[in-house]
Order: sequence, then C-alpha cells, then structure tokens
Amino acid sequence: MAGTVSSRRRGRRLAADTGLLAVAAAFALPLAWVLLSSVDPHADLRVKAPDGLTLGNFDAILTPEITFTPLLNSLILCGGATLLTVVCAVLAAYPLSRFRSRLNRPFLLTILFATSLPITAIMVPVYALFVRVDLIDTVHGTILFFAASQLPFAIWLMKNFMDGVPKELEEAAWTDGASTLQSLARIVLPLMGPGVSVVTVFSFVMMWGNFFVPFMLLLTPDQMPASVSINEFFGNRGMVAYGQLAAFSVVYSTPVILLYLLISRRLGGGFALGGAVKG
Amino acid sequence: MNGGARRLRSLGRALPLSPAVVLLLLFLAGPIGYCAFIAFTDLQLTGQAHASFVGLANFRRAFGDEEFLNAVWLTLVFTVVSSLLGQNTLGLALAALMRRASKPVRTLTGGVVITAWVLPEVVAGFLLYAFFRREGTLNALLDQLHLPSQNWLFTLPILAVSFANVWRGTAFSMLVYSAALNEIPGEIEEAAEVDGARGRRLWWHITLPMIRRSIGTNLMLNTLQTLSVFGLIWVMTRGGPGGRSQTLPLFMYEQAFQNSMIGYGTAVALLLLVVGSLFSLVYLRLLRTEV
Repeated sequence: MAGTVSSRRRGRRLAADTGLLAVAAAFALPLAWVLLSSVDPHADLRVKAPDGLTLGNFDAILTPEITFTPLLNSLILCGGATLLTVVCAVLAAYPLSRFRSRLNRPFLLTILFATSLPITAIMVPVYALFVRVDLIDTVHGTILFFAASQLPFAIWLMKNFMDGVPKELEEAAWTDGASTLQSLARIVLPLMGPGVSVVTVFSFVMMWGNFFVPFMLLLTPDQMPASVSINEFFGNRGMVAYGQLAAFSVVYSTPVILLYLLISRRLGGGFALGGAVKG
Repeated sequence: MNGGARRLRSLGRALPLSPAVVLLLLFLAGPIGYCAFIAFTDLQLTGQAHASFVGLANFRRAFGDEEFLNAVWLTLVFTVVSSLLGQNTLGLALAALMRRASKPVRTLTGGVVITAWVLPEVVAGFLLYAFFRREGTLNALLDQLHLPSQNWLFTLPILAVSFANVWRGTAFSMLVYSAALNEIPGEIEEAAEVDGARGRRLWWHITLPMIRRSIGTNLMLNTLQTLSVFGLIWVMTRGGPGGRSQTLPLFMYEQAFQNSMIGYGTAVALLLLVVGSLFSLVYLRLLRTEV
C-alpha cells in the first residue's frame, strides 16, 4: 500500500514537473531572444545561437545620448517620485494604524478604491490639466503625478506593515515624553524596515517600467526616461539594430530585476503583496 | 477633556495625513474631476480660444461611432482572453502544479514567469513583438514543426497582444494563488483523500471552494490591470493594423491627440473610468469584511 501511494506521488510529481517545464520553456523563449541577441553581432528577430560573441552591441549603446542620459532621467524621475511616495505614505500610515477615528475606515476604503482605478484613463485629462497649470514638460510635475498615482497602494501597504509593529513599545516612549513624530522615527520605522523597503522598491520598480505617464507629460527629448527613449530604436532611426535594441533592453531591465530579487529575498521568498491583495 | 481640546488633539493626530491628502486631491482627484468636466465640452488641442459645453454630445457621438464600438469589442476580447482565460487560469494551474513539483523545477518556473512580470512594460512589448513578427521566433518554431506560419501581428493582432499580456501578467495570479493554496490546511485535503475524493473531485469540491475569495479578488484585479494596458499594445501594434488591436485606452489616445479632440477622448476616458470604478466597487465588496 505504502509503495503504491509513494509511486503515485512520484508519478504526480513527474507530471507536474513536465507541465511546469513546458510552460517555463514557452515563457523563456522571448527572454532568451533578448539575452542571445544582445551579444550577437548579427541579431535578428529569431531566437538563435549567436554567430559568435560580441560586446559590440553594448559598446554601441553605452553612450551618453543613447543610454546614460535616459537612465539618469529615469533615476531622477523615479527616485524623486519614490522618495515623495514613501515619505507621504509613512506619515499617512501612522495615524491610520495607531489612532482610532471615525474617518479611518472611509479613508482606507477610498484609498483601496483608488488603488484599483485604471490610471491610464485619466492621462488625457491630466495632460489637459498640466497644459493649463503650466506643469507640462516639467520633471517636477511628472514626479508629483507619479507620486500621487502610486500613493494609494503605498499607503495601503505601509499601513498593513505598520499594523504589524506592536503598539506597546510606543506607548512606553510616550510615557517617557516622546512626541508622536519622535516615536515614529525612533521606534516604529526601525522596526518596520523590511516593510518600508518593500514599499520603496515596489514603487520604484513600478515607475521605472511605466511608459504612459512620461510619454504623455514630458515632451523634450533630453528629459525622457529610458521607458520612452527606447522607442527611438524603432520609429526614428530607420533601420532597427536589433542587437543594440536587445542590449539596451538588458541594461534598462537589469536594475529592476536586481531590486526585485532583493526584496523577494528579504521576504524569505514569500510575497507580501499577495497578502496585501487579500486585504 | 472638553470638546474643543479633543478636536484639537484629533486634528493634530491627523496632521501627518496632510501631505498625502494634498497630493491625492491635487493630482488624482483633481484630474478625475477635470475629466468629468471636459468630457462634456468640445475642448480641442489647437486653434480654439474657449471650449464650450456640449452636454452629452461626446457620449452620443461615441455610441454612434463604429471605431468606438470596435474598441469596446476589442477591449472585451482582450480582457476575456488575456485576463479571465489566460492569466487567471494559467496562474491557477501553475500554482497548483507547483505544489506537487520538485523544488528545482518550481524555482526555475517561478523565476522565469516572475522575470516576465518584472520587466518594464516597453521591454516586454519588444520581446513579444520579436516573438510574433513574421521573421520572429514563433514562425521559426512553426516552420520546424512543418506547421503553417503567418504574420501574426497582421492576421490576429488582438490575439497576439492578448497572449503578450498573458506572458506579462500571469505571475501576479500565480503568486496570489500560491499564497491562497498554501493557506489551505493540509489535513483537509488529506482527510478528503482518505474519504476517497481524488483528482478532479477533490479539486472541484474542496480546493476551489476554499480559495473562491482569492479567485474573486484576483479576477477583479486582473481585469482592472488589463483595462488600463497601453504601452504593451502601443509598442507591439500601435493599435493597428487598421484599428484591429485598438482597445479603449489606445482609442482614447488617438482621438485626443492624433485627432486633437480632447473633449471626445476624455469622454471615452470617463467611460473607461466608470467601468473601472464599477469593478473596483465589486472588489471592495469582496474585501469588505477585512478593512
């Protein structure tokens, strides 16, 4: 009996492994294309073994104009917006997590509601509004909008993380005469370091990859982040150099993949956002 | 403590909320309100001093506009194929298989699927563009298998972008369902198995009912994300050829900018926002006990 059970289990495992590997292979093909093409001197649109190895594609794109300026722009835009998001989210989460108020529940419900609104839909009116108030084509305007669009989710996530820090420690600090802000900075924040870093990295990754917001709100080519400037490979340069496009994609994507690895490790492979999604 | 002092104290406590509230009001609620306003005007991009109020004209025009109805239909196809059938079902299947699979396979598959998800939208668009192009990987594979190849982005553009969205978005469902399945106590399934429930029956009568809340919330979130996809489709097809992959966000963009009719484009945006809000409200209902 025990023999048949364990052999059934082994059979199931084999079936599951086969199924998963098939899906993994299908998902890996487009990824393989970008990796192989980036070092292929004669890259085209097919996945194939490179005709020899070259770093020429990387050499060609690692210039201020093609790579460094757009990446720096991305960094300024996403870094600025992330900083603003995280600071505002920490401050907002604190009263929501610590004090009882009749307004907490409606506020949180509104935030949760806003979390799932299709932000894409409001980009046309945002553009019209930004033209009106003279924020169009400004980096600070784009940062402010980016931060606002990421805030609902950041507040929600931050509040959930903050709820996990026991309240007794702060109450002790208050008895000793610490102010609210002091206890937030000295006691709560250090205890929820992983939570803050998850919100920070997640916000940054979301904005780093966002195309539509800077595409709409920025006009000057010098200010474009990588998510928009990558289009240049396609439309305006005539012949598409696929090898260079692949190399640029690799350079542009690597930071967010590393950052994601960083937080997923920090959470022990678990996924905190899944928990946030459940409520 | 008297009322005034209490009010002052609660005001002081709410103070840290103010930066967030100001940002949200100015840059999120503001544009949404502005959206609701200009959707009823004939605002254009150029050559117009004042926009005038035109009532429901933009909406009436939309429902008589074949291109708009085409975009609604394509949005429906895109959402059903990529989010409902694709991301949701594939994500659940992956999560279920992962519980039985060996650890290296689990790690490898999870890694590949999540990488597709973490990649910037535009990069994902390029990778899938390369995959589906006439000279691309998919056709090269079909040739190897002696199956007919075709120019997917031309013949079936909406399906190509839907598959692209499955490729990009499945990881989210996979993670949600992995978490949900892990929360089912092992004893329940074991007990059912001892009672003779196996395979499909175990799945239908025990597992699925236990994760139905996760299924609901995941479906809502997938749908909402899919409704707002722009960059992926823009990079792959620009909504073409001939509008055959033009979902509502791309239609909205085209009307507002290529045709310079901000008022009309915004009316479309408002409709999209209303549909999104309805889904969002359903999602809140599903979560209501937990806030």
